[in-house]
Amino acid sequence: MFASTLTDAIRLLATFDHRVAEIVGLSLQVSGGAVVLGTLIGLPLGACIAVGRFPGKSGVSVLINALMGLPSVVVGVVVYLLLSRSGPFGAFGLLYTPLAMVAAQTLLVVPLMAAIARQVVEDAWQRYAEELQVMRFTWWQSVTTLLHDCRHSLLVAVLAGLGRAMSEVGAVMIVGGNIDRATRVMTTAIALETSKGDLPLAIALGIVLIALILALNAVAFGLRHWAMRRYG
Amino acid sequence: MSGGPGGGAMFPIRVRGLCHAPNGRELLSGVDLDLGDEGITVLLGPNGAGKTLLLRALCGLLVPCSGTLDWGGGARPERGVMMVFQNPMMLRASVLANAVLGLKPLNLSRHDCRGSGMAVLERVGLAHRAHDSARLLSGGEQQRLALARAWLTRPRLLLLDEPTASLDPSATAEVERIVREIRTDGTRILMVTHNLGQATRLADDIVFMSGGRVHEHTPTRRFFSRPQSDEARRFIQGELPWRMSF
Amino acid sequence: MAHELLKRIRVAVLGVVLAGAAQAATAAESIVLASTTSTEQSGLFAHILPIFEKTSGISVKVVALGTGQALDVGRRGDADALLVHDRAAEDKFVAEGYGSYRRDVMYNDFVVVGPTADPAAVRASSDTSDAFRRIAGKAATFISRADKSGTHAAELRFWKAAAIEPVGQSWYKEAGTGMGPTLNMAAGVDAYTLSDRGTWANFKNRQNLAILYAGDPKLFNPYGAILVNPDRHPHVKKAAAERFIDWLTSDAGREAIASYRIGGEQLFFPSPR
Ligand SMILES: Nc1ncnc2c1ncn2[C@@H]1O[C@H](COP(=O)(O)OP(=O)(O)O)[C@@H](O)[C@H]1O
Ligand SMILES: [Mg+2]
Repeated sequence: MFASTLTDAIRLLATFDHRVAEIVGLSLQVSGGAVVLGTLIGLPLGACIAVGRFPGKSGVSVLINALMGLPSVVVGVVVYLLLSRSGPFGAFGLLYTPLAMVAAQTLLVVPLMAAIARQVVEDAWQRYAEELQVMRFTWWQSVTTLLHDCRHSLLVAVLAGLGRAMSEVGAVMIVGGNIDRATRVMTTAIALETSKGDLPLAIALGIVLIALILALNAVAFGLRHWAMRRYG
Repeated sequence: MSGGPGGGAMFPIRVRGLCHAPNGRELLSGVDLDLGDEGITVLLGPNGAGKTLLLRALCGLLVPCSGTLDWGGGARPERGVMMVFQNPMMLRASVLANAVLGLKPLNLSRHDCRGSGMAVLERVGLAHRAHDSARLLSGGEQQRLALARAWLTRPRLLLLDEPTASLDPSATAEVERIVREIRTDGTRILMVTHNLGQATRLADDIVFMSGGRVHEHTPTRRFFSRPQSDEARRFIQGELPWRMSF
Repeated sequence: MAHELLKRIRVAVLGVVLAGAAQAATAAESIVLASTTSTEQSGLFAHILPIFEKTSGISVKVVALGTGQALDVGRRGDADALLVHDRAAEDKFVAEGYGSYRRDVMYNDFVVVGPTADPAAVRASSDTSDAFRRIAGKAATFISRADKSGTHAAELRFWKAAAIEPVGQSWYKEAGTGMGPTLNMAAGVDAYTLSDRGTWANFKNRQNLAILYAGDPKLFNPYGAILVNPDRHPHVKKAAAERFIDWLTSDAGREAIASYRIGGEQLFFPSPR
């Protein structure tokens, strides 16, 4: 049973059609968009928490760490309620569009990326804090300097965000609606094909998903390796 | 902004009764020190004497639990004090980028930074490595780069913590040359070293510390010929014959 | 320089995202149809929607949910039209003013599915209530959708007609999921379940499952189309949604529905006029 499903899946991959390409493309756009926003929001946020001195700092760190494990369905429901026509942002008509999916996934990856960034930047901050203080760096100048200095390690945060975004199904299913040719991405397509009992197609899509994530990780690994050699 | 390096009211620096005792352990106990506006002062003393702590107090990283720091009659100026640490940090970036790091808070144009960065690298003999990664430099080169970084901010007072601690003789000589040049540029220097030969070569006067106290502060020649405190005498006798063989 | 490269990649990705968003915003007219997983998974929409799109230029975006959820989505104004199958709930929806009107569109039927070994001898049932009583009598595992879908509502009606209270029994498993996942579960553990014929016909992972009982008029499963009330939700695309509902009940639409077949078998039948 398992072996035959797998061979069927591989046979399907050989006849990769443009519908699958469309789904893969939308996945990359939505998750890529979420990770770009997550990078712009999550990494500075994590760095600010690492560098900043404010009351409740450890509480915020714990909260961010806990939010890393936020179930994607919960994020989906929250974003659904916000974007629904009867919700506060209903007037924009964003529900069941790719933008809604980007919003939901952004919410999902920001805590993850911020938590990793906080850890990475905090380690660097321990090492640099006194010297930057002597040079009279402002708080924000320290944040930007550290973010830039940790850029290669922060690639891990970006990759983790991308992995989480590309592999989650709960949030995009709810706010995107898994609409054919509009909001269907790899994970919701896999869920649908599984529902239909079409396991070979589900597994074929799963293989594509894993291959993509693997390829992205390999590129990032290579980039990081190169940077390590270049910058020490 | 007031109190910039141009302000004249920084010297003399007067340290009186400086104490630092975290968790009840007295690490600095009543340190007194006067620094005029010129020259190189070398801070000597055994490991654990509190030398690094004193430098950290002078650049504001350490808030003492009692005692006063008086800068020419006022508070410590916002800018004008710089410190080079024993193991200076190096950003994962080019030598040039590391050299101009201290200018970042001044919000200069990128072009100005570059120009002055190249100039200072020239003076420490690292211009040819400006675009290499700073972390790939040797220990001596990194120390020179750290000096360049501090120098570029034109400090009135420069604190150096064992800048030649792990360098070979020629790298040490290079660092000494740069320290002299910075002094000639008008920067007051207070440096820690365990190299007594280096102290005799560079210092105008010597501050001797041990056990969290300053035991004496005398001109260099007199310190080595007629040390006044018992501790200093024993310190020199333990070290001097061996160091003199240079 | 890695830094420059990263910057350029970032800019490129942002560009792609924005382009995608702009493209979505400028697409041709479209309506959102909240419908049921059973219709979507039967493959019906993939067959009829391209036909409608070609004649009208309106694209129909189907969000497939359980009937209960689909009605909720309509209640919140997040869809323009509904195509669902729970007559009582549909009438209530319209009566409460959430929908403008309801039209009969088509019907199919439910089938009782179970392991070919048929330990409860459901094949020999005289009617639907008998089939359900046999399953309960043998305490044979039964998997319920339990997701407030039309199929779930129908199943609960059948238990009631058989005078059985299955909830809480050890052999009665409430899956809380769509038709397909429920069939996957039943296939995995050789259990009985109730399915609509469309999803079953299009379901590939049958393993030991087969239709054991069908054909009772009580298993009739009518689908209705509802226009979400534009008076309550002014953004509803009334004209386009009405055009779709009119088309579904027109000769062309009925023809399209009737022509959808899997393996020669017709799955949906246009409602009689
Ligand atoms: N943050 C600290 N907390 C506790 N003890 C410290 C701290 N920093 C330094 N010390 C102790 O203070 C003493 C003096 O340290 P330091 O000034 O670094 O000595 P040195 O003269 O060798 O530079 C040492 O015994 C050291 O262990
Ligand atoms: Mg020290």
